[in-house]
Amino acid sequence: MIEMSRIVRTIVAIIFPFSMIYGLYVIAHGHLTPGGGFQGGAIVASACVMVLVAFGSKWTTEKIKEKRLSVFESVGAVAFIGLAFLGLIFGAVFFNNFLVGNDYLFGVVPLPGSSLADINTAGVLPLMNFAVGLKVIAGLFAIVLVMAYATTSYKEGKK
Amino acid sequence: MSKRNIAGAVFLSIIGVIFIFSALHMHSFGFPDESDMDDYVIENTQEETGANNGVTSVVFDYRGFDTLGEATVLFTAVAGVIMIFRRLHDD
Repeated sequence: MIEMSRIVRTIVAIIFPFSMIYGLYVIAHGHLTPGGGFQGGAIVASACVMVLVAFGSKWTTEKIKEKRLSVFESVGAVAFIGLAFLGLIFGAVFFNNFLVGNDYLFGVVPLPGSSLADINTAGVLPLMNFAVGLKVIAGLFAIVLVMAYATTSYKEGKK
Repeated sequence: MSKRNIAGAVFLSIIGVIFIFSALHMHSFGFPDESDMDDYVIENTQEETGANNGVTSVVFDYRGFDTLGEATVLFTAVAGVIMIFRRLHDD
């Protein structure tokens, strides 16, 4: 995939940080607002794919390798399952929300009914959102990156 | 018209009649027959999971296994795509 024109590259360079911030906001506030790890991860991966389309696959693979994305995805999966097993160790069952009710990390229990959003709530849910978000970002971007790079090398090999 | 077209038209009209019939006999929106599970989640999600967002508490806490399966599906898809396309640019 070759790079696009200078106009497209400039506009993408302007839009890219805002879409990254929006996606990371959706991941980080998954336990308060609509959205979560899957949705925010899809937004961030779309922003990365936008950069890939505008700047070309050669430029992008110089910046980040698909092997590193695979490592990120595995880290997200291991963190997700590890949090579930920590529920088995510290609580009673698999996927137990063992962090809710403590005083230091994500442990605040909100009052029943509608209340102002406090980000320091919900136990392990924000951590699981981060793990799934990392997994979705790395997974979706790795798919598109590998496909784009494969088509490029296939064309160059044919010449 | 061939026999095949006639059979298709009859089949489609039967499906359409079934759809219209079931649409006329739907429950009114927001009043399901069985709402025990919904009421339990709505009443207890804030004190049990501490999350203000009930959907996230269902997805990651009450039905964590479902999310684990979704993550496994994503992992399998990524592994398959990388396995297919890696061979092309290693040559």
